[in-house]
Amino acid sequence: MEHIRTPKVENVRLVDRISSKKAALGTLYLTATHVIFVENAPDTRKETWILHSQISTIEKQATTATGCPLLIRCKNFQLLQLIIPQERDCHDVYISLIRLARPVKYEELYCFSFNPKLDKEEREQGWMLIDLSEEYKRMGLPDDYWQLSDVNRDYRVCDSYPTELYVPKSATAHIIVGSSKFRSRRRFPALSYYYKDNHASICRSSQPLSGFSARCLEDEQMLQAIRKANPGSDFIYVVDTRPKLNAMANRAAGKGYENEDNYSNIKFQFIGIENIHVMRNSLQKMLEVCELKSPSMSDFLWGLENSGWLRHIKAIMDAGIFIAKAVSEEAASVLVHCSDGWDRTAQVCSVASLLLDPHYRTLKGFMVLIEKDWISFGHKFNHRYGNLDGDPKEISPIIDQFIECVWQLMEQFPCAFEFNERFLIHIQHHIYSCQFGNFLCNSQKERQELKIQERTYSLWAHLWKNRADYMNPLFRADHSQTQGILRLPTTPCNFMYKFWSGMYNRFEKGLQPRQSVTDYLMAVKEETQQLEEELEALEERLEKIQKVQLNRTKVKSKQSEPSKHSGFSTSDNSTANTPQDYSGNMQSFLSRSPSQGDEDSALILTQDNLKSSDPDLSANSDQESGVEDLSCRSPSGGECVPSEDSGKDRDSDEAVFLTA
Amino acid sequence: MEFAELIRTPRVDNVVLHRPFYPAVEGTLCLTGHHLILSSRQDNTEELWLLHSNIDAIDKRFVGPLGTIIIKCKDFRIIQLDIPGMEECLNIASSIEALSTLDSITLMYPFFYRPMFEVIEDGWHSFLPEQEFELYSCSCDEWRLSYVNKEFAVCPSYPPIVIVPKSIDDEALRKVATFRHGGRFPVLSYYHKKNGMVIMRSGQPLTGTNGRRCKEDEKLINATLRAGKRGYIIDTRSLTVAQQARAKGGGFEQEAHYPQWRRIHKSIERYHILQESLIKLVEACNDQTHNMDRWLSKLEASNWLTHIKEILTTACLAAQCIDREGASILIHGTEGTDSTLQVTSLAQIILEPRSRTIRGFEALIEREWLQAGHPFQQRCAQSAYCNSKQKWESPVFLLFLDCVWQILRQFPCSFEFNENFLIMLFEHAYASQFGTFLGNNESERCKLKLQQKTMSLWSWVNRPSELRKFTSPLFEANNLVIWPSVAPQSLHLWEGIFLRWNRSSKYLDEAYEEMVNIIEYNKELQAKVNILRRQLAELETEDGMQESP
Repeated sequence: MEHIRTPKVENVRLVDRISSKKAALGTLYLTATHVIFVENAPDTRKETWILHSQISTIEKQATTATGCPLLIRCKNFQLLQLIIPQERDCHDVYISLIRLARPVKYEELYCFSFNPKLDKEEREQGWMLIDLSEEYKRMGLPDDYWQLSDVNRDYRVCDSYPTELYVPKSATAHIIVGSSKFRSRRRFPALSYYYKDNHASICRSSQPLSGFSARCLEDEQMLQAIRKANPGSDFIYVVDTRPKLNAMANRAAGKGYENEDNYSNIKFQFIGIENIHVMRNSLQKMLEVCELKSPSMSDFLWGLENSGWLRHIKAIMDAGIFIAKAVSEEAASVLVHCSDGWDRTAQVCSVASLLLDPHYRTLKGFMVLIEKDWISFGHKFNHRYGNLDGDPKEISPIIDQFIECVWQLMEQFPCAFEFNERFLIHIQHHIYSCQFGNFLCNSQKERQELKIQERTYSLWAHLWKNRADYMNPLFRADHSQTQGILRLPTTPCNFMYKFWSGMYNRFEKGLQPRQSVTDYLMAVKEETQQLEEELEALEERLEKIQKVQLNRTKVKSKQSEPSKHSGFSTSDNSTANTPQDYSGNMQSFLSRSPSQGDEDSALILTQDNLKSSDPDLSANSDQESGVEDLSCRSPSGGECVPSEDSGKDRDSDEAVFLTA
Repeated sequence: MEFAELIRTPRVDNVVLHRPFYPAVEGTLCLTGHHLILSSRQDNTEELWLLHSNIDAIDKRFVGPLGTIIIKCKDFRIIQLDIPGMEECLNIASSIEALSTLDSITLMYPFFYRPMFEVIEDGWHSFLPEQEFELYSCSCDEWRLSYVNKEFAVCPSYPPIVIVPKSIDDEALRKVATFRHGGRFPVLSYYHKKNGMVIMRSGQPLTGTNGRRCKEDEKLINATLRAGKRGYIIDTRSLTVAQQARAKGGGFEQEAHYPQWRRIHKSIERYHILQESLIKLVEACNDQTHNMDRWLSKLEASNWLTHIKEILTTACLAAQCIDREGASILIHGTEGTDSTLQVTSLAQIILEPRSRTIRGFEALIEREWLQAGHPFQQRCAQSAYCNSKQKWESPVFLLFLDCVWQILRQFPCSFEFNENFLIMLFEHAYASQFGTFLGNNESERCKLKLQQKTMSLWSWVNRPSELRKFTSPLFEANNLVIWPSVAPQSLHLWEGIFLRWNRSSKYLDEAYEEMVNIIEYNKELQAKVNILRRQLAELETEDGMQESP
């Protein structure tokens, strides 16, 4: 709290950047965990909550006659533009946020104060929901070729690896330790995925310390052991996910890649995914495009191309496709690495697993996949997502790219995934929110030292509890699309990859489809379930009556006609269906008539049906944690914008293009 | 002329057909007057029937005695035929070339087509102007039907019946016609029941360089304004283009002469600019070799989505004037037969729930495109592959359908029809067995006696078995004005049209089917539950009756 210079500023304006809505007047609060903006409008008192950990940059712009503008960019792609009347206040808010957004100790993070009112037992159970040893069992391990190794007990060999690892049976501790000494940060080859149908495996490691000529017998033996663990194939692929040039440059630093002459029976392959710095800049460029105010089609497409973002997404997908094909069609095992083997390697291994195994395309399986390839194998969440104040050059949207790959696949295979887009968006949100302990720190070891499981809650349990919101209505376990491998076309289908506005423009609701097919089908399915139950009850009752015709007791009918999808025909968002500024900046409209379109927002379905599990709200549902000083009404359990008001609200929506 | 003269080799055996995503098929190729048919000897493989009029361009190649013909269709499909024998191949190629470019309309397939289905409702009479007038404006007494153009003498591209302000007599209309491009005097396009505001459309006023004016014209359009109200004139051309038009006798409404109207200029491209855009877009979609950056840059360079954005924005602006500003509008460009119709019809999609139903949409096409004189014959003569670039060829109608698809994508539950309906309309506008899209206007259609000699597309579409394919399971009727987003992030490439032949749609089709099943099952259960409830209620009343005595 000592970092908060001013806890409350009044008469602040929140500017809506996309729609033509007038800026909302309200009060800004700073708490230990959130920035909160409460609108003055008495009928709504709409609240916007931003977690400090979501804040990416804060920009103080030149003071104007109306006040001092403050631009807050968030890691979940929300963009808040505030205008604070007094320069002094603005400065205080700015200085406070700079500090609040960059905590220096883990203990400052939200997850240590977040309390969802669960008892100890529930919390422990939550952490047990995802169990990696169960997952390896599901893969069919251990078996004749693979065994659980305790070589990394107490993180003795590699401190960024988990303690439980599967390695080929023939790889002795001597081989493993020897190999680890020949690999960057001692990240030796270990199993990521085992395709039990044909014994092919996906293994992962870091780059070898081969320099220009160094060799390591144990490392060569290690790769042989991986090959021998797959009797169906006489070679293994070694996939270096870096561009060849980068890998070659590493040789000068005593690192590098495998020399095919030294390793028997390997096929070496470069894939060419760029490094974290390129990815960071690429996202930056793409977000600049998303931020443009009324861009032309050319501005947008040119900017999208120029950012290179989709090219990078495709490179990751191509690598995943290559590996999945090698494993399933050639029955060959693959060793994947990049430099340290915790960024590109994690992306590529998890994309390949997702293509190969339908289990990872289920709700729980997807959690397992992230737990396995990202959390346990030491993806540096803290550094990449800037949870604690650190080197800005370490920050990079690596897991964001993986999440986008999944979305791109969902677009191609609409029935193949048990979960929906909202699930992906909420996971992305919580990777940055630090509300749950799962993604803290840079490795398993650090998490253990921090006693994360005893002190925080698990996101997986939270998502699982609300799983009804995350279901893909088109998913059916027995559907042909959900079986086996996802096969993508071999031709370079660039047009397959599309800009994901549901993610990068997710807070600009006006840009999203106004009616969501997913939400509609979810509501239909829910009603179907009720109908099934009612049908059963009716049949039972009918039978009873027919049997006991003389029974005089009247069964009073309770059920009412099922209202036709009443559950999802409600209005939910005042901006859902209002015109944009179509007139450009022309001073064309002089007169204005009272808004007649009160009914326009009825029946409009949008994604932000404000499910209770929405992160924007779940972040709110815990005001007990340090926001007692907030005198205003707390957000009610989900209905942020009462539908009644949306009609009145609309007038103000139009104001801008009329006065422009 | 006999078709036989054009067909020197009517039949070739052992021809191999290659199509993307299908295994090659070997079979016998037959040419008839209107079709190219390939049938394999196996019973189970499907036959290919291709209308000659669907063929946009062909390429021939020879390797030894084996000839290859690559056929590029107006629906963007590309197929390849391997034909043994150089002479056969040459004959086939020249026949296809001749048959696909017949210059007489009366030789086209619709004049020979005999339907194999029972006509339940004759589509030629499905949307009579009188009925439409009643549907749209029964509540107003400010408008009337005028038969001034009965003989197509006043305006050759207008239908015989038009809707005009009641206070304007036919004599005045004749005068106004001389002041508007192509005789296209302002007529009613849409009446917004909610507030009585209207969309009118016309050709450009012929002011010329010396600012000619026409009192009757001013009187006519002022007659559409309520007392004290102002209206908007939306000119679909930029101010510069409109100014340049004066040199050729055209022009725009001067503020001084139309003080109650405010003019807004938008710039919607026309003619060959659109056609080139289409050619570039289709070329980009077919190019499999390039990398991601090249794809995005080619997509951008085609400008197709820019045109979509411009058209949609103008339509939204028009709808906004009507619904939010409570102001009537007049829309025109130069001729008033292209961009004008895109805007008036899209504004109706936004404003009028009926136009989002299947029947309403058909009526809209009938009224705002066919009757309104969009020159389909000229615009749709060639498609994306043709080399002979004619000024009048232009994908104006396809752009309109694409815009509808964009709105449908944003409001999937507000349309009674699905994407397939739009694709079907695109196909039939370019090549069809039906007479609906033949000719450039009603006058030409009358002369061709299409109603007597050909079948209407609507006769076929509006049969229950066909309708089922085009009906969206998601449709929930609503009375909303739907405001689409025109931001670049919200506008997408219409894959169903442009990538249709370049990617397998298997998984998307499965998803659609799954969606249908989910909704059908729900309806089925609902019906069952209702029956049981009724039964139960009956039993219970019986019970009660037995009890009461």
